[in-house]
Amino acid sequence: MRRVLSLYRSSVGKKILMAATGVIFFLYVFAHMFGNLKAFQGPEKFDHYAEFLREVGAPVFGHGQVLWIARVVLLVCVAVHVLAALQLWRMSAVARPVKYGRRLEPEESTYASRTMRWGSVIIFLFVVYHILHFTVGSVHPDFIPGSAYHNLVVGFQVWPMALAYVVVMFVLCLHLYHGVWSGLQTLGANHPRYNRYRRPFATVVAGVIFLGFISVPISVLIGIIA
Amino acid sequence: MDLILHVWRQASPAEKGRFVRYEAKDVSEHASFLEMLDIVNERLTERAEEPIAFEHDCREGICGSCGIVINGYAHGPQHGAATCQLHMRHFSDGDEIWIEPWRAKAFPVIKDLVVDRSAFDRIMQVGGFIAARTGSAPDANAIPVPKDKADLAMDAAACIGCGACVAACPNASAMLFVSAKVCHLGLLPQGQPERRERVLRMIGQMDAEGFGSCTNHAECQAACPKEISVDFIARLNRDLFGAALTAV
Repeated sequence: MRRVLSLYRSSVGKKILMAATGVIFFLYVFAHMFGNLKAFQGPEKFDHYAEFLREVGAPVFGHGQVLWIARVVLLVCVAVHVLAALQLWRMSAVARPVKYGRRLEPEESTYASRTMRWGSVIIFLFVVYHILHFTVGSVHPDFIPGSAYHNLVVGFQVWPMALAYVVVMFVLCLHLYHGVWSGLQTLGANHPRYNRYRRPFATVVAGVIFLGFISVPISVLIGIIA
Repeated sequence: MDLILHVWRQASPAEKGRFVRYEAKDVSEHASFLEMLDIVNERLTERAEEPIAFEHDCREGICGSCGIVINGYAHGPQHGAATCQLHMRHFSDGDEIWIEPWRAKAFPVIKDLVVDRSAFDRIMQVGGFIAARTGSAPDANAIPVPKDKADLAMDAAACIGCGACVAACPNASAMLFVSAKVCHLGLLPQGQPERRERVLRMIGQMDAEGFGSCTNHAECQAACPKEISVDFIARLNRDLFGAALTAV
């Protein structure tokens, strides 16, 4: 136990926690994207799916219980992920007190890897807004509790809002691209035979999630989903 | 060739440094980068000015002492080479060249371009060794080592401890150095007795020295004069995880 605790105290231990919670976020985001695609099957199927998310686990679990368990797990993961990120960021921020006179030339780092920290701030603010938009409904123009399809269509018919979602999804997928590769590295998923597939895997995963998510607001805008 | 140099001059660790502009005229393109600095220093000495302090020893890419950041590249823009292996033919007549020391809290500047890399020595002291029987020399090949393991261990052992990984890292992290040292011993049978303690203690010392935290940019492997791969960092992470979960 002493060693497990000392693991968290080390920089690598914090990274392992970030990677582990990152895996949970990745699975959640993928499931969320896949669920969104039900919007293409029409209001009945989509609202039924929304209702299912509350009924899932019955009869062992009551109405909304599994959903709340998932929310609490995600919230704890966010707390761990953010806390570890802040501690590691602080560590790196003080590790180079005198900056280079001429900026270091990037050679292998990517735009995604260099925007992890600020991108995550955008994603965090977006998630807060997104919950107020589609879950609580307080910033939604015409929110009807239980009418998920109606809320979705009306929400995205405001075109600047739909556009903002598309932009934030790009930021999210940049974060995911570096996160997937970086997470594999941190969790020690490393084998001479498979290493060359790690970057392409991250690209495909980020690309599929990006396209899956943006397909819904874009379809609302051009009238495929109405 | 004629060059314009912007060199970081800092008289002592406590003093604030600054860039000083020097014109280096009529430098041979066959000169190595360090020889170019030698030429500049000779002229400075003739003018009774303080020569530029820079660290160097073997000048054949093996001692790891000559690290400087040139135009934003650790050891200069050439890959797989230390500063001493960089030649002026990689630059053009009239180029402006920015020359600065490694920059990291854990590598304080001693003077001009010379930094104190004792932090690496202290990391080595806590785990960069194996227990070996003293006395008569052991028989050669008494312990069989699989070929693939031996090759991989040699790749890691190529690390010369120059510190370019720290210098090139946007976070000033020492993960590539520590991973090379941990893996080079941990891959071999001789390194097994201390394997778990080694990774725990070396990472602990790395953090205590004030290096930053790795975010997997992989800038280190581009800067490494021995082209050590970031795959060793993944191996280190796995070793640390295993060591932390094992009781004894």
